[in-house]
Amino acid sequence: MPLLHVTDMSHNFGGLQAVADYNLSLDAGQITGLIGPNGAGKTTIFNLITGIHRPTQGSVIFDGRQLVGMKPNETAAMGLARTFQEMKLWRHMTVLDHIKMARYSKLSYGLMGAFLDTPRRRREERDATDLAMDYLRMFAVDQFADQLVVNLPYGAQRRVEMARAMVIQPKVLLLDEPTVGMTPDEMMAMIEVVRQAHERFNLAIFLIEHRLKVVHELCQHVQALVFGQVLVEGTPKEVQNHPKVIEAYIGEQEVEF
Amino acid sequence: MDESHYFMPAAGVIERVGQYFKPIPLLGYLVGFLACVLWELWIGDWLAGLLGLPKMPVLFGILTTFKVIAGIFNFLISGEAFAWASLVQIPAALAYSCIIYLLPLTVVSRIAAQPANRLARYLQRYPLLVTALLQLSLMYAVLHVWASVSDYRLITLKLTLVAVLFTLSLNIINGYMGEFSCSHPGFMAIGAYMTSLFTVGLFTSDKVLGEAVFAFSTAYLSFPLALIFGGLMASVGALIVAIPSFKTRGDYLAIISLAFLFIVKSFFENIQALGGSRGISGQPDWATLPVIFITVAFGVWTINNFVTSTMGKALNAVRDDEVAAEAMTVNTRKTKMTAFLFGAFWAGVAGGLLAHVLRYVNPAMFSVQKLAEVLAMVYFGGLNSVYGSIVGAVSISLLGEALRPLEILKWIVIPLLLILVMIYRPTGLIAFKEFDIRQVFGPKEVD
Repeated sequence: MPLLHVTDMSHNFGGLQAVADYNLSLDAGQITGLIGPNGAGKTTIFNLITGIHRPTQGSVIFDGRQLVGMKPNETAAMGLARTFQEMKLWRHMTVLDHIKMARYSKLSYGLMGAFLDTPRRRREERDATDLAMDYLRMFAVDQFADQLVVNLPYGAQRRVEMARAMVIQPKVLLLDEPTVGMTPDEMMAMIEVVRQAHERFNLAIFLIEHRLKVVHELCQHVQALVFGQVLVEGTPKEVQNHPKVIEAYIGEQEVEF
Repeated sequence: MDESHYFMPAAGVIERVGQYFKPIPLLGYLVGFLACVLWELWIGDWLAGLLGLPKMPVLFGILTTFKVIAGIFNFLISGEAFAWASLVQIPAALAYSCIIYLLPLTVVSRIAAQPANRLARYLQRYPLLVTALLQLSLMYAVLHVWASVSDYRLITLKLTLVAVLFTLSLNIINGYMGEFSCSHPGFMAIGAYMTSLFTVGLFTSDKVLGEAVFAFSTAYLSFPLALIFGGLMASVGALIVAIPSFKTRGDYLAIISLAFLFIVKSFFENIQALGGSRGISGQPDWATLPVIFITVAFGVWTINNFVTSTMGKALNAVRDDEVAAEAMTVNTRKTKMTAFLFGAFWAGVAGGLLAHVLRYVNPAMFSVQKLAEVLAMVYFGGLNSVYGSIVGAVSISLLGEALRPLEILKWIVIPLLLILVMIYRPTGLIAFKEFDIRQVFGPKEVD
């Protein structure tokens, strides 16, 4: 049984079929890529797996449990962390608070702790801070700990977002275009960050990416999605050279009116 | 470019004044203020007479000044007679404030700075509670002596303290959570009525609620219970708003909560068992200054604890990006519900205190005007900030009192100020600043 197993998942937005009969099996320690032109439904697949949208049909089994019907915070607490294409950092919060926030589900001090500053709360908050600092160091953003995240350079913001997802200590990490808008240098650095996280935690990664360089560097297996359907899957090389994929990206057929 | 030259001397002066006050810790200021109020107690009356003031200025001379200005306005607009000799009162009031407050405060607190820092540093060895209790008792002593001079001061101070708690409880929802809730005076009303029901209904004989059920001399010890009861009932009210409205956001919550405010108001207007539109009066005089001070201090402490914990900061995450918050394991529904009910609880407690300060409660007190007032305090002081709420509540309350002689003009001056703050500091005077209790009570380290 794979760690993350999606079978025949479909989703409609009103009359529009965004995802049709989608299948995925991801084993522990495996990196799978998902490529496809804009609007193909890649991010929708992430949203369906993590519980932001509920699939119209199909099932998502993670670690032996059915995820359909769970809320995003529950799937995340089970060990299914994700990042966002547009990062979605919190504007008014410091870098350290970002990382600590992802420990929310592990806090057990309850309302009394929150209101009355009990010793237990102090201990838990201190432990969370220590752990958060470890992760900030791991992603080389510890020097920004007390700064507001909006004041950081772009590459550092991306790494903060990675650290925020990683501190959940997930089994599967879903990365939504982690190198979008990066210079080639920043891109190579990001590839290195992802690779290290993968090796260190034996993490399964499911990656949406536009840049084939990143896919080649990281993935063992790639799916190409067009109009909500998987057109081709296989190794990066196979997928990249497949005529249907080239057609979908470059568009051989003219649009007819 | 030229302008910067123009402002240079002023900037230099401000910097030097800043340097002068920089090493003074809170403890130093408290000693300074204590000196001021004792000084006033000792020579205030004599000095007021010497300066030709009719009586001791109650609000730092501002009230006296505005009384004179209001007289001029009345003279200009409606031709009422104006005693020109009273113009002298403006510089006299100013001189009084300088001699009684400004001078001793600057001198004594600066002299006290060094020993106060040493004491604060020494107290850091003990648990935070020790230094907190010491400084809070000193603060209470200052307020007590200041308010002992006149009844007007006492009631203004009590209402201001209640306003601090009320403003802070709304800041949880409008600032930290970032939703625009209009139902807060409704929660205050529920708290005020339920607390009154508890105290008046059980312990005093009254036309509306009947004979006292219990009568014993230490009944005032039940006042905390009454306040908690009022707060919990306000939380129940908040639950009723929260269930339908949490499916919506932004404007919708504002409208639903505004509707709730009107429902609460007309509910209390129409229930004759609670006195109808005349309300309940004859609350026992249990909301004394120490009781209010302790309740407000405790309320501020718990609210600050909440908003500085990761659980509380989840509110900011939900406000800044709810989808990201959920993806990072935050239970957004629970977070919002907790904050909403917690805010309502303290609004209810503030309502209970208010009812017992004024010793009456009626539905008209919790109108849209009350809403406008508390929103002004929250937005003037600063969103997402404990400092901001304290500053906002104190300044708008005192300003409201000081501008009272201007009558109708007061409602032009305060909104005008608010507009200016919104233009130049859209999130309020002191927004998004963390209130670190250890730092507040700690020594000031100057290198």
